[in-house]
Amino acid sequence: MSRELTYAEAIREAIDLAMARDERVFLFGEDVGVYGGAFGVTEGLYQKYGPERVRDTPISEAVIAGVATGAALTGMRPIAEIQFMDFITLSMEQLVLQAAKLRFMLGGKVTVPFVLRTPAGAGTGAAAQHSESLENWFVHVPGLKVVMPSTPADAKGLLLGAIEDPNPVIFVEHKLLYRVKGEVPEGYYTLPLSRSQVKRSGRDVTIVATSLMVSRALEAAAQLAAEGIEVEVVDPCTLKPLDSDPIVRSVVKTGRVLIVHEACKTGGFGGELAAVIAESEAFDFLDAPIRRLAGLDIPVPYNRELERRMVPQVDDIATAARRLVREAH
Amino acid sequence: MNELFADLTPERLRDLLHQMLLIRAFEESAEQLYLQGLIHGTMHLSIGQEGSAVGACAALRPTDYILSTHRGHGHCIAKGARADQMMAEFFGKESGYCRGRGGSMHMADVDTGNLGANGIVAGGVPMAAGVGLSIQMQRQDRVVLVFFGDGASNEGAFHESLNLAAIWNLPVIYFCENNQYAMSMSIARASKVDRISDRAAGYGMAGVTVDGNDLVAVYRETHAAAQRARGGGGPTLIEARTYRWKGHSKSDKQRYRTKEEVKEWQDRDPIARLVRHLIEAGLLSEAGLGDMQARVDAEMAAAIEFAKNSVEPDPATILEGVYA
Repeated sequence: MSRELTYAEAIREAIDLAMARDERVFLFGEDVGVYGGAFGVTEGLYQKYGPERVRDTPISEAVIAGVATGAALTGMRPIAEIQFMDFITLSMEQLVLQAAKLRFMLGGKVTVPFVLRTPAGAGTGAAAQHSESLENWFVHVPGLKVVMPSTPADAKGLLLGAIEDPNPVIFVEHKLLYRVKGEVPEGYYTLPLSRSQVKRSGRDVTIVATSLMVSRALEAAAQLAAEGIEVEVVDPCTLKPLDSDPIVRSVVKTGRVLIVHEACKTGGFGGELAAVIAESEAFDFLDAPIRRLAGLDIPVPYNRELERRMVPQVDDIATAARRLVREAH
Repeated sequence: MNELFADLTPERLRDLLHQMLLIRAFEESAEQLYLQGLIHGTMHLSIGQEGSAVGACAALRPTDYILSTHRGHGHCIAKGARADQMMAEFFGKESGYCRGRGGSMHMADVDTGNLGANGIVAGGVPMAAGVGLSIQMQRQDRVVLVFFGDGASNEGAFHESLNLAAIWNLPVIYFCENNQYAMSMSIARASKVDRISDRAAGYGMAGVTVDGNDLVAVYRETHAAAQRARGGGGPTLIEARTYRWKGHSKSDKQRYRTKEEVKEWQDRDPIARLVRHLIEAGLLSEAGLGDMQARVDAEMAAAIEFAKNSVEPDPATILEGVYA
């Protein structure tokens, strides 16, 4: 059985189910309690589980990451929230130099099973310090996992999968997806991490997209279908460790690939994806160069129109995919 | 309670002296092995600081946790680790505590509650709040003691962690080994307050400064802090004033301090002090001390042999341990 939930409701339901099922799971972060989280994601959980398991913290992002690490190291299953992904810059030392490396440095004798949830992305008029998409920083760090769900059903299943995972997981939610609705199965279920999903099948061109860009790619695909162009949309869901096979298989089939993400292009995840494809057997099947469509290399602007132009929109994706299909062999 | 020895029995005192001698022997061996080219990398020796390491850990139970620092060999031994597996780790061998992956700066022995040394100044301090919360939420009869230096007390993470532990009443002992220098920067130049423990007041927690070269005094204050934490009284900041006799690491030319200053602190050797007190009290003889030193020397020789004879990690296992 399933019913329609928003992405935010699906995340809340996942946290609720995990907390009901496992006493070791607890939620903490800035304003996650009575306030219900800056985006309302954790509403009602404080009332249900009380102040010990749903904890408001001071504005202290370094120690939020430290608490997640220390508690995970000693038998708990923390879910930390960093209120905006931008603020994760203040948590970097504990995440990158401690949580990610502890297991390796200690010869594999410990595990650090926590989930750090954080809302990312532009489109809310919050300007340059509340709109970041920094996922690729964490992709670069061995020991961390990076998950970016694009639908309510994926968000629920991947979050429960991340909570069960014995490693530190950076779980990147998109603010503009919070109110998006979708069918979500009832009850407890997990989606395995490191499993790319083909969200739409097509033979002419592959679009690999992440997070909010998946739904935009699907909209673009619907437009292009009316023009006779069949787009295949692949969502990695987990950026690290990446399940590259479905991506490579898709490019082998279509011979053309457009990579779309919101984060700035330079040094973004698209570069890694392009390299993975170029190094794979798909290289010999490419009928056109690998293309990337990504955020402009600028801080997120405040002005509504400038902000819109900074991030790939449906028309931009459709235009880029159409051009790619029409490129000569 | 005996003024001089608190509630420590003669047997326990001799055991603690043995630990201090073992730490010094470990550090001296480490330095020699480095000079012989048998160990690579760098190391941070804790010679002169044995009183704070052993005094602090003596007040803990085997089930309690510690988080340690880059100058952590002494903490590791004091919490109960074996010298041979430590030395093997130092040699980068598979039989080392971290299978040769961590080395001196990440020495850990999870089985004795040592959650690891740390290469980042104040790196363990935020984690300590997490360990404390974990203990509190699991209703465990444990405490966590996090070692850090005077330098760490000026990191932002120090502030966040102490504040959180205080408001959540966490069973954490913040144990500052003030060895007077953050590499070359003296605490006198790095802080406007005289006592690092005074900062505790800013978090609403108990703070105390103790002579770090007086093992019994360190034990007494740490024991009080552990009792407070176990009884739900929350965290304590302890500042143990001590001194590192050697440079910060192997590259240190020690231009920032005088030979006279070093000599002055060497005259306050924590080991010589406990030896003197034990002999004066009739709890140790010169012959007994000689036997103890001989046992320590034999233990170190065996540890070095174990390390030398252990196998290197198999390169085929290089990817192990990144993910669980």
